[in-house]
Amino acid sequence: MDTVKLTIDNREVEVPKGTTILKAAQKLGIDIPTLCHFELEGLKVHNRPGGCRICVVEVEKRRNLAPACVTECMEGMVVKTNSIRVINARKTVLELILSDHPADCLQCAKSGRCELQDLAIRFGVRENPYIGGNHEMSSYQVEVSPSIIRDMNKCVMCRRCETMCNEMQTVGALSAIERGFPAVVSTAFNQHLDHSPCTFCGQCVAVCPVGALTEVDHTSKIIRAIADPTKKTVVQVAPAVRVALGEEFGMEPGTIVTGKLTAALKALGFDYVFDTDWSADLTIMEEGTELIARLTKFLAGDKTVPLPILTSCCPAWVNFFEHQFPEMRDLPSTAKSPQQMFGAIAKSYFAEKIGCKREDMISVSVMPCLAKKYECSRDELKVNGNPDVDYSISTRELARLIKMANIDFTALPDEKFDSPLGESTGAAVIFGTTGGVIEAAVRTAYEVITKKPLPKIDFEELRGLEGVRSATVDVDGLKLNIGIAHGLGNARKLLEDIKAGKSQFHAIEIMACPGGCIDGAGQPQHHGNSDIIKARWEAIYRADREMPIRKSHENPSIQAIYKEYLGEPCGHKSHELLHTHYFDRQTTVEVDVDKK
Amino acid sequence: MDKIIIKMKKEVREKIIEICNRFNNNPGELINVLHATQDFLGYLPAEAQELVAECLHIPTAKVYGVVSFYAFFTMTPKGKYPISVCLGTACYVRGAEKILDAFKKELNLEVGQTTPDGLFSLTCLRCVGACGLAPVAMVGDKVYGRLAPADVKNIVKEYKDLEAANA
Repeated sequence: MDTVKLTIDNREVEVPKGTTILKAAQKLGIDIPTLCHFELEGLKVHNRPGGCRICVVEVEKRRNLAPACVTECMEGMVVKTNSIRVINARKTVLELILSDHPADCLQCAKSGRCELQDLAIRFGVRENPYIGGNHEMSSYQVEVSPSIIRDMNKCVMCRRCETMCNEMQTVGALSAIERGFPAVVSTAFNQHLDHSPCTFCGQCVAVCPVGALTEVDHTSKIIRAIADPTKKTVVQVAPAVRVALGEEFGMEPGTIVTGKLTAALKALGFDYVFDTDWSADLTIMEEGTELIARLTKFLAGDKTVPLPILTSCCPAWVNFFEHQFPEMRDLPSTAKSPQQMFGAIAKSYFAEKIGCKREDMISVSVMPCLAKKYECSRDELKVNGNPDVDYSISTRELARLIKMANIDFTALPDEKFDSPLGESTGAAVIFGTTGGVIEAAVRTAYEVITKKPLPKIDFEELRGLEGVRSATVDVDGLKLNIGIAHGLGNARKLLEDIKAGKSQFHAIEIMACPGGCIDGAGQPQHHGNSDIIKARWEAIYRADREMPIRKSHENPSIQAIYKEYLGEPCGHKSHELLHTHYFDRQTTVEVDVDKK
Repeated sequence: MDKIIIKMKKEVREKIIEICNRFNNNPGELINVLHATQDFLGYLPAEAQELVAECLHIPTAKVYGVVSFYAFFTMTPKGKYPISVCLGTACYVRGAEKILDAFKKELNLEVGQTTPDGLFSLTCLRCVGACGLAPVAMVGDKVYGRLAPADVKNIVKEYKDLEAANA
């Protein structure tokens, strides 16, 4: 391989041709500060506009300072990363950025985790000589949508959100607009996110270095609900939360904190602490039955059966196909997501069981996700205007609640989820990562179709972090073609194949977030460290192996609810409570037949 | 988040589609497409941008980004007689600001606005290259040079009379 040798801060280093100065310096342990630069190696996400100029360095024989994140190393280059010229330039660049940025750190949602704040601290900013921005600084209104809060006055034009939305997710809701001080990254016509193709996947929030894009915060509503003596609060926790929450308290990434998490929720005062994993098992029963029914019809010769069946538990993904591929909305499973199935059961079956009126129950979910906030606000997921899930909070909000209540998280003893909606299986916990939903479905579908026990419970061929994967599972002679995609850009590839009639799959699992829910927008931010995602991914499968029961249909609590309440999977009661339908949300331009 | 159906006049829709086809629906030709569309419509309303986005297979946000970046592209219709005051260096030092203020007062407009009757709109320009005639204002393609603030009233009257004569 071609290499180049160069000198950085009087130290020699040899790197492959094409390496940037930034990477070469990192190899030497030199940390050049950056702002707009963002990379997630494992998931092939790159944002390298070279725009902020924070990372400028001095290069001998070059007249101007070079941005380290995009300048390639050349043979014999001599680089200085901390000369007086560089230090002064960096500070000036930062002061210019800060001159067009509100100084309300104390009330900002990003305080303490803001990359701009970190730079200001690192560079020792004490005053700002530039007031130009403050005179002409355009005022953008703070916009609140169901999931995301946009405060464009704080935008530093790093373009990370634009890159995620356009290149990773191929949704195209965001672009750089305007010129000069009013320049920000926003939607078409700077309109509300609700009117854009935004899916609320929240990946823009996950990468924003400052407080321009943050999550809607329900913590005060949760506190009010818990404090209300007339209400019963029921909480459910998603699988991906339990392998990441510990990071907010300094624990190693990949530590499974299910027991402490349960204890914390009880300490906070929730009346019933249940597990979304329970309803994930329920989802497998419903979706698995649906898959088998469609397959059976198809194999019997009915070519009109909608195939491939697509998973439907990811609300950002549902939003994506409603906006971009509405003509294919007979393909996804009609099963609701685990969050919503749980809410429906909690406010019917469980409310009846404890003698609580529907309106007196506040149903809360803790999710790694921001789209779930949008999902529970959808009209068809309410009964007479009362939502099945009242509030969805993210992993980060839960951490805030725990800290607000001065609960010492790491010192908590392990506790168990309450019954009857707390028992679950290993198949449920793997919902948290890409490939997990379909593996759980296959574990059950195999035994239902063949009426034989699974020869091997782990389907390694369905696992991995590549964006688009495929595998053929041998169900006792029947070859089941499975497709998997994570990241909406990859989902689009599979959907285009289906549209073109090229798809060979029987079933496809789609997750909007790269890596699946473990890298959801509500999780603790990893700031580009893909080792953290890897650790969470391994933890999910570890949690699966540690469960005594690993197939959804063997969950006694699930068997009980069918016997006691629901009857049959995909039966009448199930359809009423646990299935849903989808809408055409595409924007089109049509001829006005009335206008002359 | 509900479905949005944008209604457009048949001729307008067909023309925009024709313009996009003329450039092979190539997203790289966005600026040329927008230029031609603005030439036809006089401005670039949101609906036109949505249709261009649909034809070129690019997000509407990107189209809006280009439209909002360039001063030449406008989302509000220009007046029938668009007035542009040059604020380039030569005109500036010869009192262009006073000319601009006189127009603002006479038409009761801020820069970038159009009169309610749609007759006049007011914008600023950078150098038009007629520095020998500074300070300069243009009404449509006609250049008015060596202006004094007192001339502004007469210029506006000239077009109001023209409008009345054609009515």
